[in-house]
Amino acid sequence: MSATLIDNATAEQPRNDRNYLNADHTLKSWLLTVDHKRIGILYLIAVTIFFFIGAVAAAMIRYELTSPHGILLSSEVYNKTFSAHGIYMVFQFLVVAIPAVLGNFLIPLMIGARDMAFPRLNLLSWYMFMTGGLLITLSFILGGVDAGWTFYVPLSTLSETQISLCLVGIFITGFSSIFTAVNFIATIHKMRAPGMTWYRLPLYIWSHYSTAIVILLGTPVVAITLFLVVVERGFGFGIFSPELGGDPVLFQHLFWFYSHPAVYIMILPAFGVISEIITCFSRRPIFGYRFIAYSSVAIAFLGFLVWGHHMFLSSQSVLQGLIFSIITWILAVPSAIKVFNWTTTMYKGSIHFSTPMLYALGFMGLFLIGGLTGLHLASIDTDVHLTGTYFIVAHFHYVMVGGTIMGYLGGIHFWFPKMFGRTYSEMWGRISAMIVFVGFNLTFFPQFIVGYLGMPRRYHYYYFAPEWQFYHILSTAGSTVLGIGFLLPGIYLTYAIFKGKKAGPNPWGAKGLEWEQAGSPPITENFEKPVLVLEDPYNYNPEEDSKMYEHEVESADMLGGRK
Amino acid sequence: MSGHAHAQGDGPEVYFQYEDIDQQQESYVVGMWAFLMTEVMFFGALFLIYTLYRWKFHDTFFLAHEQLNWKMGGLNTAVLLFSSVMVAFAVHFAQKGKKTAQLICLGMTLMCAFGFLVIKSFEYGAKGDHKLYPNYTFEYGAHDKDHKVESWWDDNLPAFMHIEKKEQHGDPKNAKLFYSIYFTMTGLHGLHVVIGIIAITSLMVLIIIKSPLITDYVPTELVGLYWHFVDLVWIFLYPLFYLIPR
Repeated sequence: MSATLIDNATAEQPRNDRNYLNADHTLKSWLLTVDHKRIGILYLIAVTIFFFIGAVAAAMIRYELTSPHGILLSSEVYNKTFSAHGIYMVFQFLVVAIPAVLGNFLIPLMIGARDMAFPRLNLLSWYMFMTGGLLITLSFILGGVDAGWTFYVPLSTLSETQISLCLVGIFITGFSSIFTAVNFIATIHKMRAPGMTWYRLPLYIWSHYSTAIVILLGTPVVAITLFLVVVERGFGFGIFSPELGGDPVLFQHLFWFYSHPAVYIMILPAFGVISEIITCFSRRPIFGYRFIAYSSVAIAFLGFLVWGHHMFLSSQSVLQGLIFSIITWILAVPSAIKVFNWTTTMYKGSIHFSTPMLYALGFMGLFLIGGLTGLHLASIDTDVHLTGTYFIVAHFHYVMVGGTIMGYLGGIHFWFPKMFGRTYSEMWGRISAMIVFVGFNLTFFPQFIVGYLGMPRRYHYYYFAPEWQFYHILSTAGSTVLGIGFLLPGIYLTYAIFKGKKAGPNPWGAKGLEWEQAGSPPITENFEKPVLVLEDPYNYNPEEDSKMYEHEVESADMLGGRK
Repeated sequence: MSGHAHAQGDGPEVYFQYEDIDQQQESYVVGMWAFLMTEVMFFGALFLIYTLYRWKFHDTFFLAHEQLNWKMGGLNTAVLLFSSVMVAFAVHFAQKGKKTAQLICLGMTLMCAFGFLVIKSFEYGAKGDHKLYPNYTFEYGAHDKDHKVESWWDDNLPAFMHIEKKEQHGDPKNAKLFYSIYFTMTGLHGLHVVIGIIAITSLMVLIIIKSPLITDYVPTELVGLYWHFVDLVWIFLYPLFYLIPR
């Protein structure tokens, strides 16, 4: 987004040592901060820790499956391990990662505001997130949860593990998301800078707006559903358990009414990140701005109408199944619109293969596979064969890991100079982006095959079909590579926070208020001068792009880089 | 731009992230409505559960609902409706800047809220006496030894709705389901009333001590919106649980 200062001064900022990071150094100033940028950093630290816990659980699962008989874990412990993996990754990482870290940090910067509409509510939601996370962790310390992240009734009402405590934790985390969403909506509606009309908003903001609506409408439903499970366990109220008069399928309906839109909570912000990265590194204005913007809204809306495709085999009538199947197919259209528009954006662009761009391209490939295999599962007849197998596991990992985490890592690499005012090693960035892509495919592609052959999910042995061991070993090897790919950014980015080269305000030559009018890192009030927006977003011009941007100099000779 | 709140003369305080007072007030109202949207979905799921089970077990639910005291429920409805009027007046007086009248109206609202909870506690107590708590002590039919309900059923329903004898007594399991939903929904609504009491009390205290946080009508309006929502939920709960198909 290009914008002009009111006094027509140049966009270049005076170099100023004051910024939000060094405004105050005490621990108290961080824990009681109401600055959206600092809260974003707090979230960054928190979700990294939760991601690590989830990743350790994943490693245990993969190690267990290298042998047809299981080698490490008993059945009970294995159940708790995959439950931990799912609960941490979904509720404490994927749903939160991009909106809470990058969204908190960037939304006010991108729309030209000094902060979120409700800074204190913002801090409160971080504390609720941490409380929820600690309760979940406590439930695992006290013995664990064995019902999976879906908590299907009656397993979750009969199980004697720490389910109630864990559900209370998820409930609190859910309300943390709701408060974040309230903040986003009020901020985007009311805090835009003069001249920042709806159609001048970066697409990143459109995605986050759609996400906020989904969070606002979906999360309370799952919150009350999980609350009812707690009541059922605690007081013997019967709402879902058949022996108490209830209907367990109703639980599934209510659960998926949130949890299917939840996958759009995870993926929509990633779409926003990709729109920013693709335009910047292709040096072209986005193709079909309004189509991408409205496709986000369409995904948010249609996402609420497809939950039944999780229950084709749960006593749903064929007619219901058909309707849900058709709506699911329709839902593939807006996602495809985005991918086509990004591809067309790159056409005749001046493409730079910098680290964020590598993640964005990886995202497009992996999301494409994830989305297309989703259509196998959206069709009733193939779903009957594939449901409950590793095909599903591979599908949603392609969408969630290949989509959300690639988007998240791409976004972290793209805005890293803005967040910390320093640049990371471009060489290591590119190498680790490649490692993530290769490791990811090696982990999850074999799961498509073994799932198609019939490997059921949530089993910790497969002695009945030892010939599947080959695929499982491939997958485990891939997950090791993937683990290295996730560990590397942890190392070189941490190093760069303290020792990296200083970055200018706009190391990528990108458009947008956060690059053109704020320093790196920005000051506490974000902008030195009042902003006024006069131009459309993504005002790039591929033909004028002969300048080398500072971030590329280091790696100019790598990979046949441009001169 | 200063990093701290800056006051504009005598007017309300504008926090540093806002350009002017209008933006600040509009943001508050947008935020509150967004939050109420969440609340609607929160109760919406419960209403859906109730509707489905009522549809599925309508005979038993009908018999079970006979045990609810519609007079007490009606009294509570009147109390809440009156409190909503009072809150509306409180917002009106807040806009006019009449603090005494505003405080009186808020006080009346508070009284109504407590009154609602007192009436509700009598109702809950009576359910306990009839062993209708939907936990392990639940015993459906303990209150109806002489089969009054059954004879009412025989006398009042049109012939085509008469069904097998066993179902007329109602399945205790499904009656328990009715009371599970009843206690969950009215209990959560009661919790919202308690939160409303805390909000109104805090607002009144802040007004009385002339806190700089309350310098205009917007906080009162936000509390008012919340209270109207609490009222609205009850307006749906009352007929669904107590009246249909009376």
